Amino acid sequence: MKYILMMNGTQANFDSYAKWSKQDIEANVAFMRNFRQELHDSGVFVDTKELAWPQEAKFVRSGADGEPITDGVFPESKEFLAGYWIVDVGSAEQAYKIAARVSAAPGPGGKPANMPIEVRQVLGSHGDLGL
Amino acid sequence: MAVTAQSSDVPFEHLLRELTPQVLGIVVRRFHDFAAAEDAVQEASIAAAIQWPRDGIPENPRSWLTQVAFRKMADHIRSESARRRRETEVAGETRASEPAFDASPQEDDTLVLLFMCCHPALTPASAIALTLRAVGGLTTAEIAYAFLVPEATMAQRISRAKQSIKESGIPFQLPTSQERGQRLGSVLHVLYLIFNEGYTTSAGPRLRRADLSREAIRLARTVHTLQPNDTEVAGLLALMLLTDARRRARTGANDELIPLAQQDRGLWDREQITEGVALLSAALRKASVGPYQLQAAIAAVHDEAARAQDTDWPQILALYELLKRMSDNPMVTLNHAIAAAMVHGARKGLDLLDDLRGDPRLANHHRLDAVRAHLLEMAGESLAAAKHYRAAAGKTGNLPERNYLLMQAARLTTLTDSGY
Repeated sequence: MKYILMMNGTQANFDSYAKWSKQDIEANVAFMRNFRQELHDSGVFVDTKELAWPQEAKFVRSGADGEPITDGVFPESKEFLAGYWIVDVGSAEQAYKIAARVSAAPGPGGKPANMPIEVRQVLGSHGDLGL
Repeated sequence: MAVTAQSSDVPFEHLLRELTPQVLGIVVRRFHDFAAAEDAVQEASIAAAIQWPRDGIPENPRSWLTQVAFRKMADHIRSESARRRRETEVAGETRASEPAFDASPQEDDTLVLLFMCCHPALTPASAIALTLRAVGGLTTAEIAYAFLVPEATMAQRISRAKQSIKESGIPFQLPTSQERGQRLGSVLHVLYLIFNEGYTTSAGPRLRRADLSREAIRLARTVHTLQPNDTEVAGLLALMLLTDARRRARTGANDELIPLAQQDRGLWDREQITEGVALLSAALRKASVGPYQLQAAIAAVHDEAARAQDTDWPQILALYELLKRMSDNPMVTLNHAIAAAMVHGARKGLDLLDDLRGDPRLANHHRLDAVRAHLLEMAGESLAAAKHYRAAAGKTGNLPERNYLLMQAARLTTLTDSGY
């Protein structure tokens, strides 16, 4: 079963990350690199991506003529995807364990940042049914 | 299969990739169908990659590949005419004749192929993919891997590029002498983009794309062999060699970016620098100076400084001034501002950046903020510099670069108010 682990943050979260000390950023970057390697080594890694920060984020809808209508000024409380991991595991519990591990990534002063990680199952296709 | 350094160390792969454009040229001239010929040669290469390691390299590998590709073409023509027969319900047997095998490679084939693959009608992404496959001899899987997209996506991109070429009706021949300069410019631009794709770390947290740079160098070398008197071809090859020479020093143990001034110059590839400088000097003696030669000259000045503080900045500034006159490129203006700051002080550089304010090509581009931050730091305005480093970090689409910019901001704030 595949699960997506999504790390979300508000604009305030992104801004405060940009103001962490050099040591704290270094520790966090190193943790994330090792975490990815652990996923690889344990044979559950499928994909991971980090997203550019949301300053330029837009919501797009189609106008009457099919042209894009963009909406781009968001309230401070709006949450944006910062990045995600997709893992292939045997159970939801295993996915939760992995999510807890990344939630404990070091924050300011090296203490666990405790970021909430949204865990959702990724739907399979015909191939996954062995058809 | 991955595009790895190891794979190109296997002798038969070297050979295969060298023969690919030659064989493709023969097949296109025989059948006058570039799109189908390109598929046939790719299939022949894949067959060779399976059979040669097992059975040994044939005595005449080029004619082996050509014969296999001819057979694939004959199959293709048979199935095409069968399809057409079914469609039009025309009776009667129209067998594709077995081609006589008298083909020999022609020297200009590789160049003609490059002109086709880098046709200005194609988008850069299509031209790059097609060039790597048809001239570089890479498989679709290898190209997809290098650009971090699914193989099916890359296959579709290549097939659409070939469709565009078919529709444009470009004949398989060298462009006329009037067109030639411009068309060669497109070829060089595509090679330059392939090189940059490998050199910059534009996607993925790990930098594994040095192979694309190496491939661009190999192709530029081929063009230089075919056009030894073209000074911009030599300039581009020199630029690639002089830039790629710093590859090992550009990243640290954890893939972090190391800027030029802080690189361990002992890790630079001296042999490659010597070759690049020799190429460039020969080109500069010959004729009018073009933008690739100027960029190569700037790279050479950096490469020849034993320490960062020995860099001949007045020379670099003069070269950027020439380059600026030649091209209206805001990235050149940015680099020019840095050089001016190194020669005349940070204020001068910051004043020059003001000229770029409102340039739509730099709107939301992180480089403008990054350079402003760097110059503000030089001017001693640490807090303003940190602010611009952070703004740049928020705009870059590149993870190692974002980390680098955040570290710069953090370093400055730690120094000034030891916290936040």
